[in-house]
Amino acid sequence: MKKLLAIVLSIALLLGLAACGANKPADDTTAASENQTEANPVTDRKVGFIFLHDENSTYDKNFIDAAKEACDNLGVEYVLKTNIPEDKECYETAADLAESGCSIVFADSFGHEDYMIQAAKEYPEVQFCHATGTQAHTAGLDNFNNAFASIYEGRYLAGVAAGMKLNEMIESGKIKAEDAKIGYIGAYTYAEVISGYTSFFLGARSVCESATMAVQFTGSWYDETAEKEAANTLIERGCVLISQHADSMGAPTACENAGVPDVSYNGSTKSVAPNTYIISSKINWVPYFEYIINQVANGQPIDTDWTGTIATGSVQLTELNEDVAAEGTKEAIEEAQAKLEAGTLHVYDTATFTVDGKELTEYKADVDSDPDYTPDTNVVSDGYFHESEFRSAPYFDLEIDGIERLNAKF
Amino acid sequence: MSNNTGKKAHEPLFHIIKRNGLPFWKSWLIRILSVIAALIVCGIVIVFVTGENPLEMYKTMFEGAFGTERRRWGLMQDLAMLLCVSLAVTPAFKMKFWNIGAEGQVLIGGLATAACMILFGEKLSPYILYPLMICSSIIAGAVWAVIPAFFKAKWNTNETLFTLMMNYIAIQILSYFSYIWSNPKGSGKIGIINASSSAGWLPYIGNNKYLFNILIVLALTIFMYIYLKYSKHGYELSVVGESENTARYIGINVKKVIIRTMLLSGAICGIAGLLLVAGANHTVSSNAADGRGFTAIMVSWLAKFNPIYMILTSLLLVFLDKGATEISTTFSLNDSFSEIITGIIIFFIIGSEFFINYKIKFREKEVITKPETQETVKEGNEQ
Repeated sequence: MKKLLAIVLSIALLLGLAACGANKPADDTTAASENQTEANPVTDRKVGFIFLHDENSTYDKNFIDAAKEACDNLGVEYVLKTNIPEDKECYETAADLAESGCSIVFADSFGHEDYMIQAAKEYPEVQFCHATGTQAHTAGLDNFNNAFASIYEGRYLAGVAAGMKLNEMIESGKIKAEDAKIGYIGAYTYAEVISGYTSFFLGARSVCESATMAVQFTGSWYDETAEKEAANTLIERGCVLISQHADSMGAPTACENAGVPDVSYNGSTKSVAPNTYIISSKINWVPYFEYIINQVANGQPIDTDWTGTIATGSVQLTELNEDVAAEGTKEAIEEAQAKLEAGTLHVYDTATFTVDGKELTEYKADVDSDPDYTPDTNVVSDGYFHESEFRSAPYFDLEIDGIERLNAKF
Repeated sequence: MSNNTGKKAHEPLFHIIKRNGLPFWKSWLIRILSVIAALIVCGIVIVFVTGENPLEMYKTMFEGAFGTERRRWGLMQDLAMLLCVSLAVTPAFKMKFWNIGAEGQVLIGGLATAACMILFGEKLSPYILYPLMICSSIIAGAVWAVIPAFFKAKWNTNETLFTLMMNYIAIQILSYFSYIWSNPKGSGKIGIINASSSAGWLPYIGNNKYLFNILIVLALTIFMYIYLKYSKHGYELSVVGESENTARYIGINVKKVIIRTMLLSGAICGIAGLLLVAGANHTVSSNAADGRGFTAIMVSWLAKFNPIYMILTSLLLVFLDKGATEISTTFSLNDSFSEIITGIIIFFIIGSEFFINYKIKFREKEVITKPETQETVKEGNEQ
């Protein structure tokens, strides 16, 4: 009797679920339109955001803060979905957002891309935008777009701050010139990471000639313990300054504990490392978010492959910690930034680095994604490597001299 | 209702008595009351912490789980997946073999599926590919489960630790292959496998992506119900669970039963991996199982190892998960808040099982405290 009732209950439940399938259309948008009395092309919009983690990740926090700021600036309603993994959950969430009336759906993590494309094909009237991806320029979809920023310029400037600090340490006799070794924590041996640490290193070496660098990979974009451990390993191996391209507070915390200066990423980490944080480079996503909202509101197409720059306000340096940074850092950064903006200085100037002891004159990068990673485009000309010009996502993946990879298994 | 009169010396304020066979309606009344109590406590927490209207929040929870057709199918799919893993761990638990390695078994099954899809997806004909995927995922899951079972049967090793540790090995293997097969190279993500050819994807029924998975799990549920209740194997494993010595005395080969049951447990985990990878995600990563191997333990226990009840308990957990996530999105709260709410509700539901199995008997002799005592009894029963 008991069992029978349970069976009946369970079946009734399943049928009930399946049966009410098409009965009630989604009513999620009513709440949105209720408090708006007159039609406004901008504020009538609703934007959905998909984030891999939540505010505890510096990477996602950077996006979340920008999303809120951009939407508040324009008075647009927004929905934030955090902790969305890179699997069908991303597709389901994107489709759910599209169904609930969002005219733009944005996702912030590289692994979301395939699922965003899947949703984009299904909802042609909704714009799907994706940061850090590589496929939009070849996908042939009107409503799927990639975006990135020339963050390597920001990294370079942060590198200048690091170089200044190294110089200060050398001058004060704290270290010898040949000991000016930087430690860098990377996630994977992936172009975005390689481009990041190389530009950072070149920035540092432009100020401190004897600088060298060691890179430790963690094999994860977000692993607080691994990042902390990697920072400790690097410090033990004699690195006197640390920087990272991984998203947790692991490295800044380890640096603070060991008293080693840290150049951060994705935003200031001064709150956890007040005595070691120098500066941080980050991508400011507000300009991009405002851009896509305005384009959609005005019925204009969104650039399929958008690259933010220092000029668009997309590449930023966060507050300089004067207590830790070397004297004159601010001026040195400003000088380099002016040159970058004027085009007289190129981050990947082939005269400033060598690969296997040789200067680079030609390099084919894998710009158009394909399963076999066929290099397809020559990206070196006019004496520099043209990063983020053929596609917004970075493709600099060369191993230059002076940087030692401690582990490259990831 | 046991009679407990006449004791005078050293009687504690209350003591706990095991109940014998509470009527069906009564046990369900306790369960329903516990849910109501949980909702009230959550309501208080909601008002105090966020100042939002709790009724609005509960409404949002329902909308998050059932609000649109897409959400209902998503819920059914997640329910099916959780149920599948729960079905897998149930025979082992019934045998009192603490298999907490379902997470790893699912992952390995998923990896085997993904490997077939990546390596042979576009080379073999579907008639060979699908059987190959099914066999390899089942074998992979079964092997992962039988290793600890073998050690348990042979040398009586601790299966809790052993199965737990096997999870970490599986996770690391998954990370390794995520890197090896990453697309684009070096990114650490496999991406959608065979996106253009759909080779090795489980079929859509009509236009529905998940119906196939759901039907498979439904069939497995019925199979498991019959297996546990009416088959000789099912009987043997429950005897082994009750007492190994009894089992030995009546001539059951305990070692054989342990190994056979874990083979089954692992095989079903392998199927869960297959359904997750080929039927839903079309990719694999080290968090593909998403903690289901552990949540399944709760599903199985709450349902008292009855596969039919497990439909209800997995629905409850999936509903709470979806609903709570919706709360955090709609009310712009941190995900931790939704977890607090889920935690409170689950705590009450698990707590209710205590009051179904036991009753609290209070000391009766002092007249002065009597009214208060009655009050407490009432309260205790309600929870």
